[in-house]
Amino acid sequence: MRWTWPEPSELLRNPPPWLDRSTRRRNAVPAPGFRPADLVGEVTTALTARPARTMLTALGTILGVAALVATLGLAKTAGNQIVRQFDELEATRVVLSNAERQGRNETQLSAIPFDAEDRLTRLNGVEAAGTKTPVDVGGGLARSVPLIDPQGQNEFQIPVIAASPGLFDAVRATVRTGRFFDTGHDERSDAVAVLGPGAANRLGVERIDNLPAIFVGEEAFAVVGILDDVARETDLLNSIIIPNGLARDRFQLAGIDEVHVDVAVGAADLIGAQAPIALSPNEPGFVRARVPPSPRAVRSTVESEVNALFLVLGGLSLLVGAIGIANVTLVSVLERTGEIGLRRALGATRGHIAGQFLTESAALGLFAGVLGASLGILSVVGVSAARQWTPVLEPWLPFAAPVLGAIIGLVAGVYPAWKASSIEPITALRVGAG
Amino acid sequence: MTAPVVELVGLSRSFPGTPPVHALRDADLLVQQGDYLAIVGPSGSGKSTLLHLLGLLDRPTSGVYALDGVDTASLDDRERAGMRAHRIGFVFQSFHLLASRTTAENVMLSEVYRKGPRKQRRARAVEALERVGLGHRIDAMPTTLSGGERQRVAVARALVGRPSLLLADEPTGNLDTATSEQILELFRELHDDGLTLAVITHDLEVADVAERRVQIRDGVLSELERSWR
Ligand SMILES: Nc1ncnc2c1ncn2[C@@H]1O[C@H](COP(=O)(O)OP(=O)(O)OP(=O)(O)O)[C@@H](O)[C@H]1O
Ligand SMILES: [Mg+2]
Repeated sequence: MRWTWPEPSELLRNPPPWLDRSTRRRNAVPAPGFRPADLVGEVTTALTARPARTMLTALGTILGVAALVATLGLAKTAGNQIVRQFDELEATRVVLSNAERQGRNETQLSAIPFDAEDRLTRLNGVEAAGTKTPVDVGGGLARSVPLIDPQGQNEFQIPVIAASPGLFDAVRATVRTGRFFDTGHDERSDAVAVLGPGAANRLGVERIDNLPAIFVGEEAFAVVGILDDVARETDLLNSIIIPNGLARDRFQLAGIDEVHVDVAVGAADLIGAQAPIALSPNEPGFVRARVPPSPRAVRSTVESEVNALFLVLGGLSLLVGAIGIANVTLVSVLERTGEIGLRRALGATRGHIAGQFLTESAALGLFAGVLGASLGILSVVGVSAARQWTPVLEPWLPFAAPVLGAIIGLVAGVYPAWKASSIEPITALRVGAG
Repeated sequence: MTAPVVELVGLSRSFPGTPPVHALRDADLLVQQGDYLAIVGPSGSGKSTLLHLLGLLDRPTSGVYALDGVDTASLDDRERAGMRAHRIGFVFQSFHLLASRTTAENVMLSEVYRKGPRKQRRARAVEALERVGLGHRIDAMPTTLSGGERQRVAVARALVGRPSLLLADEPTGNLDTATSEQILELFRELHDDGLTLAVITHDLEVADVAERRVQIRDGVLSELERSWR
């Protein structure tokens, strides 16, 4: 025999003790939950249920990430390549000259002093330094015989260049025969000359053991050496090179035009900055330093030029990829309305639903990031192999790319997830059968 | 003294509009543990509205609804979800099975939001499927099942959590007479096992099976007869 319940209206007037509205009831209310392992399981099932669709959804992001990774990787690889091929000869060359300036008067022709070589060789990083100045010989022709030939067949117009002894090392000259002139010759204003091979050829000077002399106009010089080759300033090969002292004494050389400096690798920038001060402490601005473009500068120009274009393209395709993920996720939310209703009926909270869709799109983005990074790295390696370059990659790139993909997926999933979680279960259950 | 499973006092639900729809008016109802309740009524009378309220999928406009002795008005969204997960089983007219999952996986889904232990989840699903007579179709895809079999999978999914209350909205609405008969037989067995059921139907045969019949007309609920066994 069962106990008979009172009529409901009576209950309302006289609530029974079990109609518990106190906080104690909370103990009786079981909590819903969603284990992380279950979340992963649900997301994996959802993404693998339709692999082709998952691939297509991720495609935009895959291509975007691949483009970014390939761009950064190729720029880095190419930049590295240029630095490796960079001309050591150019990179160790600094040239100092008089700056163009207004109101420069005739008496003060040059800001570079005659002892430029001494001043510069004292600087750390300078391997060799020497001055080089064309000499105005007043139209005097060069010849190797003392007589002035009326027919002029043995006379030549050969440029005369005044140099300090260090110039030979600074231009990395080698001697074919004889020697370079030295500081002693310079200080004593000795009448000596070194011939470039071209000049020696024209003048018919082949050996120096017979103490040949040459004449420029009225002046006679003893040839002490003939050059074989120079690495820089090839005009020296066709010139008569005389010491500064001699040029001042005989041709009234008033100042220095250029100083050529051979610097240690990597010291070019430093010397370029220090040399004008060393040469002209009062007016360093009067001396202009020409330094090679530094390797760092080369690298960053190449990188930024290549990057700028492709980063924009990569960024654009990422944006398209994100919109793709958002779009397909939104469509799938609408398609899965019935499923959402079912899950709510089974005990899912709004948060569980939102979390599931967010995780789905983030996982999709992560997957796209991994795949895109792999494709990007493959293309860097492929291009490098074709060009026989060494592929170079920022070490963080393979890790950052999937994270970027996941973030894109997460951002793209926010609106669809919010949409999914705000569907009322009774609305959702009315839709769709299965 | 155990609390009744369902206790409704003056429960109303109206949908805003011009004019507002009073889908359920001032309903009083008491459902005891082990009751088998049939809810009948013409289309649009408010049967589904009542079932959604009972299943905590919707909130009443006014009135008291106590489920297992807990006043549901005092529950927040999270707690209501917990009640749905642990205390209520749903069976829908349109089955609502996930097409890409096997029958066992569909049944296992109901444990996900209950934080059911993952261990032996499959064993419990298989047990529930065996209970509804589908022990041989554990790894079948829903698309390969007949309508009656699909509905039995849905019943197994509702049963696996041992709910206090099984709610079914026209469970035989999509089935032919013979198949309906199987589902009704299943419900009768579950009732004999002591499960509390509330089943919406406009099939009088279905209603005859139940021990209690509640009728709704224009949102007004009335009990047709009360036969204590
Ligand atoms: N979300 C809603 N907004 C407005 N009106 C609604 C809403 N849901 C239901 N109604 C109305 O409430 C009334 C009861 O609907 P309900 O779905 O409960 O009927 P039913 O008895 O289940 O009918 P059927 O047998 O056709 O399923 C109907 O008039 C319906 O139009
Ligand atoms: Mg209905």
